[in-house]
Amino acid sequence: MPPENSDLLRASHESAGISRIRLPLATVVSIAINGLKIRFWRSMVTASGILLGIAFLSFVSTNLISTATSGRDERARLVWLVVMSLLVSTVGIVNSMLMSVTERFREIGTMKCLGAPDGFVVTLFFVEALFVGFIASFAGWLVGFLGAFAQKAAAVGCLHAGQSIGLTHTLELMGGCVLVGAFITLIATIAPAQRAAIMPAAAALRTEV
Amino acid sequence: MAATEYIVRTKDVIKEFKMGQETLRALNGISVDIKRGEYISIMGPSGSGKSTLFNAIGGLDKPDSGSVFINDVDMAQLDSNELAFLRCHTIGYIFQTFNLIVVMTALENVRLPTIFAGMNTDEGTERGIELLNLVGLGQRLHHKPSELSGGQQQRVAIARALANNPSIILADEPTGNLDSKTGTEIIELLRKLNREKGVTVISATHDYKMLDVSDRIIWIRDGQIDKIENRSDLDIQLGGMAGQEE
Repeated sequence: MPPENSDLLRASHESAGISRIRLPLATVVSIAINGLKIRFWRSMVTASGILLGIAFLSFVSTNLISTATSGRDERARLVWLVVMSLLVSTVGIVNSMLMSVTERFREIGTMKCLGAPDGFVVTLFFVEALFVGFIASFAGWLVGFLGAFAQKAAAVGCLHAGQSIGLTHTLELMGGCVLVGAFITLIATIAPAQRAAIMPAAAALRTEV
Repeated sequence: MAATEYIVRTKDVIKEFKMGQETLRALNGISVDIKRGEYISIMGPSGSGKSTLFNAIGGLDKPDSGSVFINDVDMAQLDSNELAFLRCHTIGYIFQTFNLIVVMTALENVRLPTIFAGMNTDEGTERGIELLNLVGLGQRLHHKPSELSGGQQQRVAIARALANNPSIILADEPTGNLDSKTGTEIIELLRKLNREKGVTVISATHDYKMLDVSDRIIWIRDGQIDKIENRSDLDIQLGGMAGQEE
């Protein structure tokens, strides 16, 4: 006879919420990283969207700091451009995330059959998105910063360019860009992750992609 | 002995699917009682509702009306986390298309349910190795599904289904994608697990090889139960040719 599961189940039934399955975050992270490695090119598509948006943000911000002379109208126009570019890249990330979720319906369905709670699916996608978001945003900041620095350095020389930006501002910009990038990625992931999580397991398994 | 004799009971289960304008009634009032430790085959032509019944019993899909009880618990009363708990601990699933996670090795696949059950890594790995040995894949622990044959993949799936010591194994056409000989091996493995571990096996199938090992066969037609046969009756019909072991 198999071990008596009815008591176990009844206990879980009665103590709703108490017997919730807790997963070690480390396991979720390792599954997420593994998933990203395997789907490297798909991750790169998502990442490049973030990278480009953040690179533009970083480039413009660095420029604004190093060139104190630009007028108020000019600044407003630049801010507007940056916001638009970030919006566009957010749409790109949502699209890419939706694709990535759709591609993995079967995998999600299987995991649900094996006892993955909805929260696990959401956490998995968020962890993946955070990884991509942080790395791509950092790369984007670097690209934009180097671009702006090179432009300035070509005009006034390396030393002056470095002085006009300053270490504090550089670090602030880096932190800001990474945070904005990670935030955008998280926002873009909510809808696709939610969709994957609440889908009945059978429906997820039926999907043919 | 168990609190109840019946591990699975369904009562007037109805499930409909919308196909454009029309509504297709895939299950039209199915009531069955399945005893602990039975080996059940759900037989029927394709489109008869076998898989829909499988999904309803496994808690993978909610019926439109009627109830499914597992160990006397009404599944309709469970929230999604409790359903996940039930799937994790009480039911092991086997599919026609194996449904292994392609990016994971055999061992990682078998370990996955133990992670959801909160087992620690060492314990889970030990359990995974033990189960893969049980299904005869002790030498293939670190192979990816793409490096395994169909029969081997299904064995990994069976090991995975057993990971948390479920009391029910639900198999949806487990031999559907396998050749006849491999199919027989898989059926024998399921039968062995049923006998030795007392696991209730419920299998949707149209593989007649399954008849030989089943305790009861539930015939489904157009979403309704056509007939339920005991194997003892079947033996008489077939002139005692089937299932000579008993």
